[in-house]
Amino acid sequence: MATLPVDDLRFTAQFGPHLSSMSGARLSTSIEPDRLVKTHCCFCGQQCGIQLKVQNNQVIGFEPWEEFPFNRGMLCPKGVKRYLQGSHPDRLLTALQRDPTAPGGFSALPYERAVQRVAQEIDRLQRTHGLASVGVLGGASLTTEKTYLLGKFARVCLRTPYIDYNGRLCMVSAGAANKKAFGIDRTTNPWSDMVGTEVIWVAGSNVAECSPITTNYIWQAREQGARVIVQDPRITPIARTCELYLPVKPGRDAALFAGVLQQMIEHDWLDHEFIRHHTVGFDQVAEYCREWTVARTSHVSGVPARAIEQAAEWWGTARTSFLFHARGIEHHSNGVQNALGTINLVLASGRIGKPKSGYGTIVGQGNGQGGREHGQKCDQLPGWRDISNPDHRKYIAGVWGVDERDLPGAGVDAYEMFRKIDAGEIRGLLSICFNPKVSLPDNSFITRALEKLEFYAVIDFFLNDTARHADIILPGSLHEEDEGTVTQVEGRVIKINKAVDCPGEAREDWRVIQDLAAALGRPHGMTFASSREIFDELRVASKGGVADYSGITYEKLEEQLGVFWPCYSEDPETGRPTANHPGTPRLFEPDSYNPVARGKGRFYFPDGRARFNVAEYRPPVDDISEDYPIFLTTGRVVSQFLSGTQTRRIGPLVKQYPEPRVEIHPKLAEKLAIADGDWTTAETRRGAITLRAMVVTTIRPDTIFIPYHWPGAKSVNQLTIAAQDPISKIPQYKVCGCRVRKADGPPVYAAVLEPQQ
Amino acid sequence: MAKPDYLHFFIDPSRCIGCQACVHACTECDTHRGDAMIHLEYVDRGQSQQTVPVVCMHCEQPTCAEVCPADAIKRSADGVVQSALQPRCIACGNCVLACPFGVPEVYLERQIMMKCDMCYDRTSIGKRPMCATVCPSQALFFGTREQIDQLRPQSAPANRFQFGAQTITTRVFTMVPRRLASAVPFVDVTAAMNEEPPPREIRLKTVAAEWDPYADIEV
Repeated sequence: MATLPVDDLRFTAQFGPHLSSMSGARLSTSIEPDRLVKTHCCFCGQQCGIQLKVQNNQVIGFEPWEEFPFNRGMLCPKGVKRYLQGSHPDRLLTALQRDPTAPGGFSALPYERAVQRVAQEIDRLQRTHGLASVGVLGGASLTTEKTYLLGKFARVCLRTPYIDYNGRLCMVSAGAANKKAFGIDRTTNPWSDMVGTEVIWVAGSNVAECSPITTNYIWQAREQGARVIVQDPRITPIARTCELYLPVKPGRDAALFAGVLQQMIEHDWLDHEFIRHHTVGFDQVAEYCREWTVARTSHVSGVPARAIEQAAEWWGTARTSFLFHARGIEHHSNGVQNALGTINLVLASGRIGKPKSGYGTIVGQGNGQGGREHGQKCDQLPGWRDISNPDHRKYIAGVWGVDERDLPGAGVDAYEMFRKIDAGEIRGLLSICFNPKVSLPDNSFITRALEKLEFYAVIDFFLNDTARHADIILPGSLHEEDEGTVTQVEGRVIKINKAVDCPGEAREDWRVIQDLAAALGRPHGMTFASSREIFDELRVASKGGVADYSGITYEKLEEQLGVFWPCYSEDPETGRPTANHPGTPRLFEPDSYNPVARGKGRFYFPDGRARFNVAEYRPPVDDISEDYPIFLTTGRVVSQFLSGTQTRRIGPLVKQYPEPRVEIHPKLAEKLAIADGDWTTAETRRGAITLRAMVVTTIRPDTIFIPYHWPGAKSVNQLTIAAQDPISKIPQYKVCGCRVRKADGPPVYAAVLEPQQ
Repeated sequence: MAKPDYLHFFIDPSRCIGCQACVHACTECDTHRGDAMIHLEYVDRGQSQQTVPVVCMHCEQPTCAEVCPADAIKRSADGVVQSALQPRCIACGNCVLACPFGVPEVYLERQIMMKCDMCYDRTSIGKRPMCATVCPSQALFFGTREQIDQLRPQSAPANRFQFGAQTITTRVFTMVPRRLASAVPFVDVTAAMNEEPPPREIRLKTVAAEWDPYADIEV
């Protein structure tokens, strides 16, 4: 039974989140660090280079790393204060077992006994209910080595089809669209290519808060003459000074893209040569767009007609351009269509595969790119291979030394796994780097599902909100306690370096996973002695796949300060070994060769051509209605990250934006008699939340915004809907109908919880 | 050691995204760990995302020093106005009241005024200040005149500011639109406070266009 052993307040008292602050060696101006460790930030997909100051096995501060080419020393507040996650009072130093008699609901037990317990329970469940009765959930903040190992653990050791990861909440709409349109899933250009471009279109990305370092690239492009177009229901900091702001109504992005493309067609702002020689499917797309007149597009999308025409003209007549999108258009039950809509604009312009022209999705999580390539996704094997493809299965089975018939088939997405838990099909769960009780939509359902688990084990460094349901918690490693690789927003593989040892009984996550395999008596292929050994096998496993890492070594990563994949160990054209392949900073260049097209073209399909896809507009599920007349949209703030497991424990970051607030336009606030700072209740068909209002003119008057980093009664995911994109299975976080009123009084939590709890 | 005279500090509020990386980084500086000497304020969050980062402008004739009764505020030869000298400062707060840019702060428990010293521990050994190093929008920039000319073709540095009758020349520059920068002698900071404000001579590129994109949306 995975109901909570004690109530939330008792957990919180024991396990936090409590706040870290600068103290001791971290406040001293006289203590010199023993050494500086060049590594990267543990948070978002920008993966800024940073040097950690280490003294006496503790990270005591940071020093900018100005040589790392992507950020050249720049950091956001999360990066500056990331070091305060270490040596934290909430750090798990031992294994824990559920114990309702213990003050915080958990008591310590020796690590080896905990591993034995987990192995026994997994074994018991699998013997009684079949191999598929146990599931695994991973995350995209893990190093690529860990994601690879976790995928192998699920398929080879547990032999369960049920593994998925929190990138399901993040990258999958972009990934699916990229796969359909290009046959490869990666941003096309390094960010440095942006400077000198004529137009930058930012679709649904709060760049300044969610990927702050990208801001300087955009501003620098603007200094050189680029026009910046921002499409968002809110005037985010990047929109404040943009050249053209498109105030799109939540959930109407595909309509906007179709309308803009129709304008380009009507004015013949198309690259016919490119469309004819390098793409297929344009005619069907043009046919679909015909109905999207400016008037209709404006009516549906909420963007003024003049702005649509202006955007089309700037985009249509530019010689060079970049288009970026992020969760704003991807977090929809229509997310793949939205992303395809942007790709259609890019393909119609022909501006891709050139130094000053590119396209990309701005990844959210630290390893949002690498974490989706090597096998923790339910339908995927390493090297961006397909678990349903017989050739792919055969190759990976060979690398892993198992019979192909023993490899399970495709599983289901992370949310569907919870439905299977609810239905009793999945009875045991092992999770790492995932806090679904905060991060998944309609999360009271997630709580109900967690309560039904027969056995739940968690690997983590803090006791996160979901882990409160666990039977056993195994103490894993913080980012700075292990080495490995991640792949950042540009597709650049980089090296994470270890700064300190794991404290107490905690150990590197990959060791914990291997210890479980050993305790299960199924150690086959799970006996790596280092991250480097895992990476070396991953190189072989990825070889010949689209995401080919075979030519990357730790040494090359350090020497080149990152390597853009694909990076081959054998020249794909000649088959000859090549020790010095430099990687591929820019995709789809005119004379480029790839192993799928084999010289037929630049895109990763057998005919070498990119695909136009009809990107159909569909209204959101649970759209606004008479009962729920206001759009609810959700997102992030600059000082917090994802479900806040780390950032809600870092004092200075909490101080910057302590608790969630409801952003509401003065027009709507006035109508509802809500003043700035008032306790305000927002309610959807799934739940209600009471937070303080923040009255600002920087949001559409028909829309409210609530950031999602907080748990329990402060979690906006009590309200969001679990509607998912039919292709990518991404949840529709960015829109649903809600109603808003002034609250009767302060919520119960206000008197008992600290802001971050 | 001194700050090399070819390196300068430039502020461009039009780039600022309000992220506070500068504020957090300032607390990591070795001369005042734990305390931020930089101020980052919203102009009016209700109306706009506009934020303004304020570091010490390092005036050529520092008003703070001029009004200090204890002669505790010194400008080093390289033009950096330092925090108050511990043995002299009487924490009277004259400097706080007099500084036209609102920079100094009195730390009552320590009985001293402290302010931005352009990361003297870093700049005096050729490093960039913490805030300008980390700033992800480079609203805060530290480098040479040649670099700023090359990187910011749309704007030009200004370092003369008018506050009523007082003209102040500073070591720190503010970026203003290039087409206006050469035409006017100074940034008139307090002009907007006059009852009948004169037409602004330099329009800082910080205020969003008056267009309200949401004007037509009914609720």
